[in-house]
Amino acid sequence: MISLYAGRKRRNGLMIVLAYAATAFGLGWLVLILGQLLWEGLSGLSLQVFTEMTPPPGGSGGLLNPIVGSLIMTTLAVLIGTPIGILAGTYMAEYGRYEKLTSVVRFINDILLSAPSIVIGLFVYEILVVSMGNFSGFAGAVALAVIVVPVVVRTTEDMLLLVPNTLREASAALGLPRAHIVLTIAYRAARAGILTGILLAIARISGETAPLLFTALNNQFWSTNLGAPMASLPAVIFQFALSPYADWQRLAWTGALIISFTVLALSIIARILSAPRKSS
Amino acid sequence: MNVASMTAPAVSHAASDRAGLHEKVMIRNLDFYYGDHRALKDISLSLYCNKVTAFIGPSGCGKSTLLRVLNRMYDLYPNQRAVGEVRVDGRNILDSKTDLNLLRAQIGMVFQKPTPFPMSIYENIAFGIRLYEKLSRSELDGRVESALRRAALWEEVGNKLSANGMSLSGGQQQRLCIARTIAVQPEVILFDEPCSALDPISTAKIEELIDELKDDYTIVIVTHNMQQAARVSDFTAFMYLGELAEFDSTTTIFTSPKDKRTQDYITGRFG
Repeated sequence: MISLYAGRKRRNGLMIVLAYAATAFGLGWLVLILGQLLWEGLSGLSLQVFTEMTPPPGGSGGLLNPIVGSLIMTTLAVLIGTPIGILAGTYMAEYGRYEKLTSVVRFINDILLSAPSIVIGLFVYEILVVSMGNFSGFAGAVALAVIVVPVVVRTTEDMLLLVPNTLREASAALGLPRAHIVLTIAYRAARAGILTGILLAIARISGETAPLLFTALNNQFWSTNLGAPMASLPAVIFQFALSPYADWQRLAWTGALIISFTVLALSIIARILSAPRKSS
Repeated sequence: MNVASMTAPAVSHAASDRAGLHEKVMIRNLDFYYGDHRALKDISLSLYCNKVTAFIGPSGCGKSTLLRVLNRMYDLYPNQRAVGEVRVDGRNILDSKTDLNLLRAQIGMVFQKPTPFPMSIYENIAFGIRLYEKLSRSELDGRVESALRRAALWEEVGNKLSANGMSLSGGQQQRLCIARTIAVQPEVILFDEPCSALDPISTAKIEELIDELKDDYTIVIVTHNMQQAARVSDFTAFMYLGELAEFDSTTTIFTSPKDKRTQDYITGRFG
């Protein structure tokens, strides 16, 4: 019996070592990536980055136009994608929970969720860029919105499904109409989770490059015209990082640092929001 | 002889303890189905004004199902249907034309697990009132206070109405739910095992409350606890495997039950 126990203890020790090693291996790469990013990115970080346009090779400049372009397209994408996502998620969780349509939509949504973003870029290119005749910020925003929708649908549905049915029954028992139950009880109970989903969707699209290359393209000048090509951080990073010019490469690192920190900040806020709140 | 019984001649009022009672809800030949499964079989019984009726029976006997027919809570779910008659003040609520929201405002329900809404104590109560009545702030304050007093909760929460309803203890939450239910002024209150998640002290408070509430309401309580049924109810329906085995005054059920199954159950031979 003792030998059985000793053997089990040895195996346990071995597994713990393996688990730690795997964790260290995974985290190690992350540390290396972030370290490199900080090292290269911080050196180029200055006020100039946020106040000046992208420079020609050899000139001095910043990342103002891609930062603003990214902000505009991300905001527009969220404005388009979030209502659609929340409404669809609400239908699936509150109205059509037992319908066949819901499981079909959920299945398709899951496919969309994992669709390569380059496919979404191509799709929007075909329907918007080709038909409008030019690349545009609007097409970029639509491509990003297509990425936002499935994320928001999924989290909205999941969060509403987490709202206990007893709460719905209790509100129905007071004579609350269905729409009231959804708006005042279910949304309120699921609010933090739904907001988290939106933040995660923003984090997801803020680094997307492929769909923007096909739609918003890029723009080395200041432009807030949604009908014209628009600069964005990922696209500029893509262009500058591949260039042979050292100053462009440094700006690319800096841009990558800005995106990473934005995503990090969004993730932290999402964490705080979704943390189990102590009832006050 | 009251009006309800004259329009419903099929009801027997022979038992002397039912004389002079006003029939609030009349259930006739009620069947209930979960899909193809027949969970209630030909139930007929009456619920009386200002009386507490208890539904007892072993788990799965259909007592909660029967309760959920009375405010058509089952309508929230697919593949559940009731066949037969459930008349509230003579009107058949199983009729497809019944407005469910109005019905549920008339027939309140308190659940097994306390279900405060994720909002303040005040809002938990004001919320339901605002749905059907337009009141001034001071009138609303008054209604909230009287509901809380009625539910014996005012002493404990009167000074922290803006606290979250979820922050109360289990027993307080359950009384908050009762306050919320009576605030909308229903006529019938359904209690679905209201004390099964509570400690004995909270249970005693709720039972006391039920006893006071029957002055104004028709009350139905589903309970697993036979002592509780004996303590709080005037009438008891003993259900077994989806059938109404016996329905009589609580005293009769607990002292001289006519049905063998009732006798076995209340003496603890099964269940």
